[in-house]
Amino acid sequence: MGKEIIEAQNVVFGYPLEGGRKSPVLRDVSLSVAEGSFIAVLGHNGSGKSTFAKHFNGILTPDSGTVTVCGIDTAQEDRLYDIRRQAGMVFQNPDNQIVATIVEEDVAFGPENLGLLPDEIRRRVDKALTAVGMAEYMHHAPHQLSGGQKQRVAIAGVIAMTPRCIILDEPTAMLDPQGRREVMEAIKKLNQEQGITIILITHYMEEAAQADRVVVMNDGRILLDGTPREVFSHVQELKDVGLDVPQATELCWRLRQEGCNLPEGILTEEECAQALAQLLEVGPHACH
Amino acid sequence: MLRDITIGQYFPKDSLLHRLDPRVKIVLTLCYIIMLFAASNPIGLIIGIVFLAVAYGVSGIPAAMILKSLKPVTPVIIFTAALNMFFIAGDPIWSFWKIQITVQGLWTAVVMSIRILCLIAGTSLLTYTTSPIALTDGIEQLLDPLKRFHLPVHELAMMMTIALRFIPTLIEETDKIIAAQKARGADMESGGLIQRAKALIPILIPLFVSAFRRADELALAMECRCYRGGEGRTRMRRLKIQGRDIICCIITGFCIAAVIVVNLMAPHLIPM
Amino acid sequence: MLAIKTEGLTYTYSVGTPFEKTAVDHINLEIEQGEFVGVIGHTGSGKSTLIQHFNGLLKPTSGRVLIHGTDLWAKDTDRRAFRFKVGLVFQYPEYQLFEETVYKDIAFGPVNMGLSAEQVDQQVREAAAFVGLREEILQKSPFELSGGQKRRVAIAGVLAMNPDILILDEPTAGLDPKGREKVLGEIKAYHKKRGNTVLLVSHSMEDIARYAHKVLVLNRAGVMMYDDTAAVFSRAEEIWKGGLSVPQVTRIFSLLREQGFPVNESVYTMDFAVQEILRLLGKEASHA
Repeated sequence: MGKEIIEAQNVVFGYPLEGGRKSPVLRDVSLSVAEGSFIAVLGHNGSGKSTFAKHFNGILTPDSGTVTVCGIDTAQEDRLYDIRRQAGMVFQNPDNQIVATIVEEDVAFGPENLGLLPDEIRRRVDKALTAVGMAEYMHHAPHQLSGGQKQRVAIAGVIAMTPRCIILDEPTAMLDPQGRREVMEAIKKLNQEQGITIILITHYMEEAAQADRVVVMNDGRILLDGTPREVFSHVQELKDVGLDVPQATELCWRLRQEGCNLPEGILTEEECAQALAQLLEVGPHACH
Repeated sequence: MLRDITIGQYFPKDSLLHRLDPRVKIVLTLCYIIMLFAASNPIGLIIGIVFLAVAYGVSGIPAAMILKSLKPVTPVIIFTAALNMFFIAGDPIWSFWKIQITVQGLWTAVVMSIRILCLIAGTSLLTYTTSPIALTDGIEQLLDPLKRFHLPVHELAMMMTIALRFIPTLIEETDKIIAAQKARGADMESGGLIQRAKALIPILIPLFVSAFRRADELALAMECRCYRGGEGRTRMRRLKIQGRDIICCIITGFCIAAVIVVNLMAPHLIPM
Repeated sequence: MLAIKTEGLTYTYSVGTPFEKTAVDHINLEIEQGEFVGVIGHTGSGKSTLIQHFNGLLKPTSGRVLIHGTDLWAKDTDRRAFRFKVGLVFQYPEYQLFEETVYKDIAFGPVNMGLSAEQVDQQVREAAAFVGLREEILQKSPFELSGGQKRRVAIAGVLAMNPDILILDEPTAGLDPKGREKVLGEIKAYHKKRGNTVLLVSHSMEDIARYAHKVLVLNRAGVMMYDDTAAVFSRAEEIWKGGLSVPQVTRIFSLLREQGFPVNESVYTMDFAVQEILRLLGKEASHA
């Protein structure tokens, strides 16, 4: 790692309002993303997280400050396509990003736009569909698939362009628990096996807990930034900005408030059960 | 329920006809239509019918599907037949008051009916054996030379693809909106024409709003996947003319030739 | 009194086609008036099909549906009247907004009921107040509002019909934690004040555990369990095996029980979990 794939410096951005004013959405945000990492960006609706994500492949450009993707400044309009083939984007609604009537044709859409040779496109389509576990559905029509499957097709469509980085803007918000699990598995696999940098925008804490790094946004600024353990130990701050923490984390936090001696940064139910078992073995003396 | 409607008429199978190049199928269908209208004597028409019957036999499409495709055009056929029967002048074979049927009228009615029936059944065979996407691909490539005249061929094909892609989605959505408005007491089954038209507003407005939202999101997603129109774009699937395509072209060619020859050789079979 | 009763309710989609599928299979159910029932089951378990029978949108292939003792499909039943008695909020209900103003959209149901102008006005204002919509929003176009506000307008549109039975199909789907809490809180307050029957369909076990008195678990087109919330979650193992999740705290407590700690069998809310640990430690909670 070590190499930065995305570098945002002092980004300020606002959507234009009537009368020439702007409603500020991002107020001086800086972030650098190391190549090969898996970052989750958390925040409630209106915290600026999606707007920030749209800066990472040049959909939006900052009013002031700079965003560099793979060494290219996103303000350079003539290099927009170079940026987009390196930094792919997956959106919330899986239905509205699938173009073709057959799964494999849709995955081919990106490589076709890049003007690749038919054999190379075929190879990439097969590889991408295998990577997300959708190879057996390649001749299906999108409307025959479940939400989780459609979203995995959308991800395959992006990885067929062989990007170095994928930005996912709340990819699981419209899915059922089964679909959410499928998509999370696919994302983690891409990160671990192919070293693709992942930026996951979400408001599900359980998903953020699976990343290597969590960035919490609030009111257009970065509020917390660190490993999931570090970030989720700030239970009160997260609650204050309208976010949840995993129940395992909250339970330990509530018990600590009651004076129990429990470690910070517990994320999973196994960790929590183990900590509670130790607590119960020690007995009443564990609390004061 | 709306979602029971099948999209397009594609009838998946693995026959020779299904495997033909879509471009060849489109061209042959056009040739067949010309053949039908060129055939003006009974032998020519029989050739046309036999040709179609053989094609259906090869395709493995059940006969019931032919009837299904013909059902909606029955009124048109009856109307044209009646028009021809009663209003073509010639030698009367039956008359009553001011109405008369002539030999020529009857003959024309029969010929026109056969032509329309074969035309519909023939074009349906094209859509039964060709998936919408292959059809779009075929049309795009056939029209390719027209790009020189600044006809937006790629854009038209892309529009067709997107329309095909979103028809099932929007049908499902319409179903949902209808159910939701009915749950709020929307009454769509009673009242006069105006009232019924008014009852559509709560369905059409959300449907349009949603279609525009989808279009907007799709456009953004396409841009993110480096779409910039047809320029510099390649395709994964290449259409290739193969042996079977050539054989089918030759067979059709012979049939057309036979129809023309029959027309020239046996003109006396037409009662004119 | 029984609010909803079904006898051998069965529904089959696309009868006689290759797509034939029985979505609801011989369901016998009795739901008392005034109950707050959580409905869970994974996608395809028949939830959405089942609830559309309760207001007569779908006609059973076989079996009967009785609302307050009246058979919906008996010859002389005025089914349209039952659409108003049984209010149904669909998934993503904001996509069905269509009027020029929020007020008119909420009034759509009451106007269809044929109420007087004063009554419509009163019910619209009450419903708007329940979901926390301020007076000035009522004259705005629904399309100008934020996602969470639109959702609340759509819910108000059903509340305004003053239904005896209120059914909500995943009312919090796609909302952030803050939005989820708000919507569920409003539904709970409505239930408390009106004492009507509420059926809440949700994928979130945590939400169901917090709000529902009874839980209906659907699995493979049939009823897997229908019991008090505590009783249902004490069978966490079975739910888990049925492919559904249980709240994280419930799993933590099953792990503790496996290790031999004498913890209560049906811990399903955070408050209960905290109290239970403190009880085992021989300590009183400092605040409930």
